[in-house]
Amino acid sequence: MRIATVTGAALLALGLAAGPAAADSSPSPAAGSPAPSSAGTSFRTATEIEQGQRATADASAGDYLYWSFPADAGQRPTVRATVKLPDTHASQTWQVDVYDGLRRRQACQYGAQTRTAAAGTSSVELACVLRTVRAWSEPWANDPLPGTYYVRLTALDLPAADLGLPVGAEVRADAKDMGGAAAVDGSLSEPLVPGIAVTSRQDAADDDSGDSAVLSAIEPEDGWSSGWWSDRWVWTGIGGVLAALAGIGGYALTRGSGRPRGVPPGA
Amino acid sequence: MITSKRLAAGVCALLAALTAGLALPAPASAGEPTGEDAPQVDLVLDVSGSMRTKDIDGGTRMAAAKQAFNEVLDATPEEVRLGIRTLGADYPGDDRATGCKDTAQLYPVGPLDRTEAKTAVATLTPTGWTPIGPALLKAAGDFGSGAGSKRIVLISDGEDTCQPLDPCEVAREIAAKGIGLTIDTLGLVPSTKLRQQLSCIAEATGGTYTSVQHTDELTDKVSQLVERAADPVVVPAATEGADRCAAAPTLESGLYTDRVEFGQQRWYRVAVAPGKELRASVSVSADRAVAPSYGVLLRAVTAPGREIVRGEAAGDGRTDVVSTGLRYPKAEAESDDAAEEAAETVCLEVTHSFSAASGVKTTPGLPLELTVDVVDGPDDASDVASFGLGRGWWLLGALVVVGFLAGLVWGWVSRWRVAVWRTN
Repeated sequence: MRIATVTGAALLALGLAAGPAAADSSPSPAAGSPAPSSAGTSFRTATEIEQGQRATADASAGDYLYWSFPADAGQRPTVRATVKLPDTHASQTWQVDVYDGLRRRQACQYGAQTRTAAAGTSSVELACVLRTVRAWSEPWANDPLPGTYYVRLTALDLPAADLGLPVGAEVRADAKDMGGAAAVDGSLSEPLVPGIAVTSRQDAADDDSGDSAVLSAIEPEDGWSSGWWSDRWVWTGIGGVLAALAGIGGYALTRGSGRPRGVPPGA
Repeated sequence: MITSKRLAAGVCALLAALTAGLALPAPASAGEPTGEDAPQVDLVLDVSGSMRTKDIDGGTRMAAAKQAFNEVLDATPEEVRLGIRTLGADYPGDDRATGCKDTAQLYPVGPLDRTEAKTAVATLTPTGWTPIGPALLKAAGDFGSGAGSKRIVLISDGEDTCQPLDPCEVAREIAAKGIGLTIDTLGLVPSTKLRQQLSCIAEATGGTYTSVQHTDELTDKVSQLVERAADPVVVPAATEGADRCAAAPTLESGLYTDRVEFGQQRWYRVAVAPGKELRASVSVSADRAVAPSYGVLLRAVTAPGREIVRGEAAGDGRTDVVSTGLRYPKAEAESDDAAEEAAETVCLEVTHSFSAASGVKTTPGLPLELTVDVVDGPDDASDVASFGLGRGWWLLGALVVVGFLAGLVWGWVSRWRVAVWRTN
């Protein structure tokens, strides 16, 4: 009985610890590759960045700037962009849009997606917090799914006189791990990465043309998650143990201790 | 927890590798990258008389351009095939007809000999007219037949003096030829008319327009554009959609490009076997002035005409592209029936609701980009929660209460059994 109590308490403690631990924060900035210093000008030429990387680009006002980053199931990506404007300019409106691997526009839950910079301001900051990426959704829904995400940064409303002036852009994508609360059943066979059917076919054919172009070669640092793990296993497991302990408790309460009253010893 | 995650990922990767290894060699399809084809860049420089004006960092525009060219030629990546074309370099006279034909290839697009190219640039003196349209037409012909990316960088200080040939329409027509050409423009003078014309040319081909006021800006921008050309990019395969499904071309996984006119429907077909998932996305680019509200609709329709799923997008305001996509996982065949195991032909219909701004030509159609991926189907969900597992304090509470009640009942039952045993 005592052993059971101790084990139970230990498991409960473990569960309490595992709860918050599973809701860990976003991945650390990538150490390996240097941050890109240019941006693409279309979906096809989007510059690939990793989460936590600060990508910069020198561009002209009026350009459409594209980046892409990977987001995995259970993450809630946040895209932040800063545009450095020239010394003299009229009032301009800038916008950041996020598209998924199927080039569907993804809604921002919060964040200033569109902002107008008054004449003469030196910079404008934009942000977009996406919905949590699900491992699976019905084909008729446009829920965010694991795969490539495109960021498009552009001036929405630009006075003709400011067209073509040099601007500096800075983009960073981070993600918050939403833990088991967002875990769903089902999974995609391949992440929503454009051109993946062509890419995987080349891998299968063991093509040795190493630097051939692909639409999107994006992958999170530690690979795409398989989708079977979530902290729901811990919760449910602890629930099962607690139920067993409570069961033993209830049994002990009604069964009484040892032999029933009135039974002579040795009977 | 992390270990088990990695382990699971590893097992999955291994399985994926095995499956991929077992997959039959598939036929080559369109949209495959072509790594061998070198990127080609043609620098088109305005050498008209106005380049003599001294307004860039105290020197002439021509001096700034020459300095920029020298630095760019030094920094050009090895794999880029670079050429130089001039406009208005040779004819100083007043005859418009001759002046408007004045464009010459200074250095052919090919492997770069830096010294030779620099010597050629040094000989240039500002001379004649500004025939931008004819120069662009000729420049499009300068490129070799390789499938690599092609880019024209146009540097000019004055708007085209050879109307009525509108350089903007020339650019659009070059782009419509489907040779995958981008034109980037740099304006050396902040004049409204030049800005309009150059940004229109850039817009027509998906390029960029930059207004330049200093030599170093010019150098940086041209080098940036040349380097951008060196980035490997997937070259889309040209296709031509039909006006109805029955006549539509059948596409495999890959990247395609087409033209879609205003108010036109484009149909394509894709074969989807049971247990496979079709992913398609479409982008329609606005390569000319369009009305501020627009949209695009992509529908997946069965051969008899039933809609399966659609993707739609609409927008408002300045844009380069409007895009949408869809997924269609086809269920596994339930029986071994040959009819059920056969691949289904899914028709993809693309329509857009762009409307051309007044006074803008509506032909050729707008550029359309279509990506098609046919991959293995998803594991469908049998429950909303992952594996039907639960989480949260309510779950723990419910389990404890139920466990406790079960314990009580079990205790009573065993007590009753002991009592019965004793009575007997």
